[in-house]
Amino acid sequence: MANKNFKLEIWRQDGPNTEGKFETFNIEINEHASFLEMLDQLNEDIMNEGGRPVEFDSDCREGICGSCGCMVNGAAHGPERETAVCQLHMRTFQNGETITVEPFRAKAFPIVRDLVVDRNAFDRIQEKGGYISVNTGPKPDANAIKIGKQRADEAMDAATCIGCGACVAACPNASASLFVGARLKHFGLLPQGAPERGRRTLRMVEQMDDEGFGACSNIGECEAVCPKGISISAIGHMKRDYLFANLGFHK
Amino acid sequence: MTLNSGIPEGPLKEKWDNFKSNMKLVSPANKKKKKIIVVGTGLAGASAAATMGELGYNVDAFTILDSPRRSHSIAAQGGINAAKNYPYDGDSVWRLFYDTIKGGDYRSREANTYRLAQLSTNIIDQAVAQGVPFAREYGGDLANRSFGGAQVSRTFYAKGQTGQQLLLGAYSALMRQVDAKKAGGEGVPGVTMYTRREMLDLVLVDGVAKGIIVRNLITGDIERYAADAVLLCTGGYGRAYFLSTNAFNSNGTAAWRAHKRGAFFANPCYVQIHPTCIPASGNYQSKLTLMSESLRNDGRVWVPKSKEDAKAIREGKKTAADLKESDRDYYLERKYPSFGNLVPRDVASRNSKTMCDDDLGVNPTGRAVYLDFEREINAQGFNTIKDKYGNLFDMYKKIAGEDPYKTPMKIYPAVHYTMGGLWVDYSLMSNIPGLFVLGEANFSDHGANRLGASALMQGLADGYFVAPHTVGNYIATENPSQVDTSHPAFDAAENDTREYFQSIMDVGTKNEKNKHGRTVIDIYRELGHIMYDSVGVSRTKEGLEDALQKIPKLRESFWNDLKIPTETGKFSKYIEVAGRTADFLELSELMARDALEREESAGGHFREEHQTEDGEARRVDDKFSYVAAWEWKGRNEPHVLNKEELVFENVKLTQRSYK
Repeated sequence: MANKNFKLEIWRQDGPNTEGKFETFNIEINEHASFLEMLDQLNEDIMNEGGRPVEFDSDCREGICGSCGCMVNGAAHGPERETAVCQLHMRTFQNGETITVEPFRAKAFPIVRDLVVDRNAFDRIQEKGGYISVNTGPKPDANAIKIGKQRADEAMDAATCIGCGACVAACPNASASLFVGARLKHFGLLPQGAPERGRRTLRMVEQMDDEGFGACSNIGECEAVCPKGISISAIGHMKRDYLFANLGFHK
Repeated sequence: MTLNSGIPEGPLKEKWDNFKSNMKLVSPANKKKKKIIVVGTGLAGASAAATMGELGYNVDAFTILDSPRRSHSIAAQGGINAAKNYPYDGDSVWRLFYDTIKGGDYRSREANTYRLAQLSTNIIDQAVAQGVPFAREYGGDLANRSFGGAQVSRTFYAKGQTGQQLLLGAYSALMRQVDAKKAGGEGVPGVTMYTRREMLDLVLVDGVAKGIIVRNLITGDIERYAADAVLLCTGGYGRAYFLSTNAFNSNGTAAWRAHKRGAFFANPCYVQIHPTCIPASGNYQSKLTLMSESLRNDGRVWVPKSKEDAKAIREGKKTAADLKESDRDYYLERKYPSFGNLVPRDVASRNSKTMCDDDLGVNPTGRAVYLDFEREINAQGFNTIKDKYGNLFDMYKKIAGEDPYKTPMKIYPAVHYTMGGLWVDYSLMSNIPGLFVLGEANFSDHGANRLGASALMQGLADGYFVAPHTVGNYIATENPSQVDTSHPAFDAAENDTREYFQSIMDVGTKNEKNKHGRTVIDIYRELGHIMYDSVGVSRTKEGLEDALQKIPKLRESFWNDLKIPTETGKFSKYIEVAGRTADFLELSELMARDALEREESAGGHFREEHQTEDGEARRVDDKFSYVAAWEWKGRNEPHVLNKEELVFENVKLTQRSYK
């Protein structure tokens, strides 16, 4: 259980409309601590000296809620593939290393404070059709709808998105295409999602544009940083459905 | 005070139908004039808010998080029970009911538990209609698995992410109602969503719940909202132990503040300690991670037979692979031949602790046992195991740094779920008219212990199928008078909230000036240690009395020594945590007191003084077959105990045996 020493360059910004800057900290921490536990420890040190702690979002700390997220050494969620920053551990880093920590940056994600950003734009996209329009109430028996295992698994793989926003932060265009594509692929693959396929696609894509997210230019950074390993094929699905919907299919 | 559970007339199987036949309806024209507040947007809250919106009510929904999609229901892994009997292995509504009430050690209401089992099948149909991608067989049917303690396969799942998929289903229904409201505007039904809002008080007018006071976590502003009914769907209080599998922001504040306004808190000592979690490794630890207990279907729990081997493993001189089969004690299989590794959670947890207390633990802290997949990987093949548990194995490897395909997992019990909660009647209404409590936040369906894959079931049954009817019935029957936020009761409640909040900040300011004090996390962590040691897996009179000495002292330390950021008008996580810790410092005392007064063992509440010769929990039915509903009497007054006697007309109380 070795301790390691790190120099941290952390983005500090008091509010959405104030200027931010990097602040430097030194920390010694057990290498089995997670990255967020390292920040917890840093905040304890800061508060014990009467300073202002670094604000960051986190909740489940097991990679499923999508609350956490920051740029670590320039990569969304840090250097490990398919790992949210809450599941990144300090054993990944070299003793003595300098680590740069910044918020997710995108026009559609205004900074709240320090590493905390406002991702409500994702909810507003979801509102525009990220659902199957059924009310609560009596439904046909669940097994009345047969869905082959392969198709169900593929839908599940798309539905596994945690809405963290890493794809947006990593994309040079700050596009939310992987996020939107994952929603559309999940619903599009299922028979239950068929009736609204076209309308859903048009409304969600338009809302994405309205929120100030950029367009996809097939760079693939999103897939590389996605903590759930969602395939960029979801974007292909979105583009095809968007084309078809504009041509009047999928009504 | 007599507690009226309001259970409908008739045979058990007809009670819910009788309720629905006799309930009053709100006329469609009136519904949109009725405002419903839903606090919390996990499974219970999101499903209730969405359904009430669909039915035509005006709903205001609140979450402390930045999006309802992140609520902690999302972290549930293993599955959701339903009495569908698709595998045709003998399951039925009755059997699910019986398993649930027996698993809860006969400390829940028959009528509530039966309704839960009845509604279980509707949930699956509803979720599938919403597009929840449950696991399927090649032929297209839904897949099932057996889950902790059940002898039938009635658990539906979506990989190890069932909670996520069900929550996203409820979240999508909720977002549809948010869209409906935005498109329709004022006077049109639907849901208005308020994110990053924390409920700090309940507003009562003439003893009836009429609204809430919240803190806007971005601006620090105190806001007020009025409604015809308030639904608390704010989850459990497991974070009283600091280290638990609950999320960082999970807390007991909304329920506790409602309690301080008069809502009874029931059975606070019933806490579930989940047997399969990744053990703590150091004092920097911020939370514990659950490994779904579905792993116990194929994983085998063991420790070394000899203390020498265990010691060698702890010191890194031996590994699991060095021990022959004959040197291993598969103690669950040995002690419980018919259930083996699938015994209920409390039994598995207690056995892990006993083994580690006997110096047989296998990690450096001495608090871990093995969960071994070697036999099943050999029998079923690598790919089958990977298909079933791939994401769980990956998660374990990420956190523990070891590969469970090659070396056994190390696990240890951690606080996971609280069966206790605010007291509610059959309609899920608390003793405060107009205040409803759903999901983990109430006490009602799981008795003293919850079976695996039943939390998702209860949250969604309450939210989709129970509350929308019972809240409507309340409104139609009582026709509660409409008040708005200009009512003096709101002024008073807001004032109280501000004063209380300021009293915490004043401690911080004083200590900032004097350069004195300890951080809120430091205090909170100490509370967690007291709770885990004395109000944890097993409890004794001495330990509980000790906790009842220590907690008030620690509370005093909080109110004298607290060191927190004092800038209140901005986003500040530690200010949020301070308020929640203050509440836990009160709630935890009640948990210890409840545990002390319940002189029996039942489910998750194990009193060492009350065990059979085999070391199993021994209930004392003639004295403790009741719900302990505690009443707040003021900050310096002891709680008063009210009892709701449990009546069993349909099941015979037996000693649980899993041998």
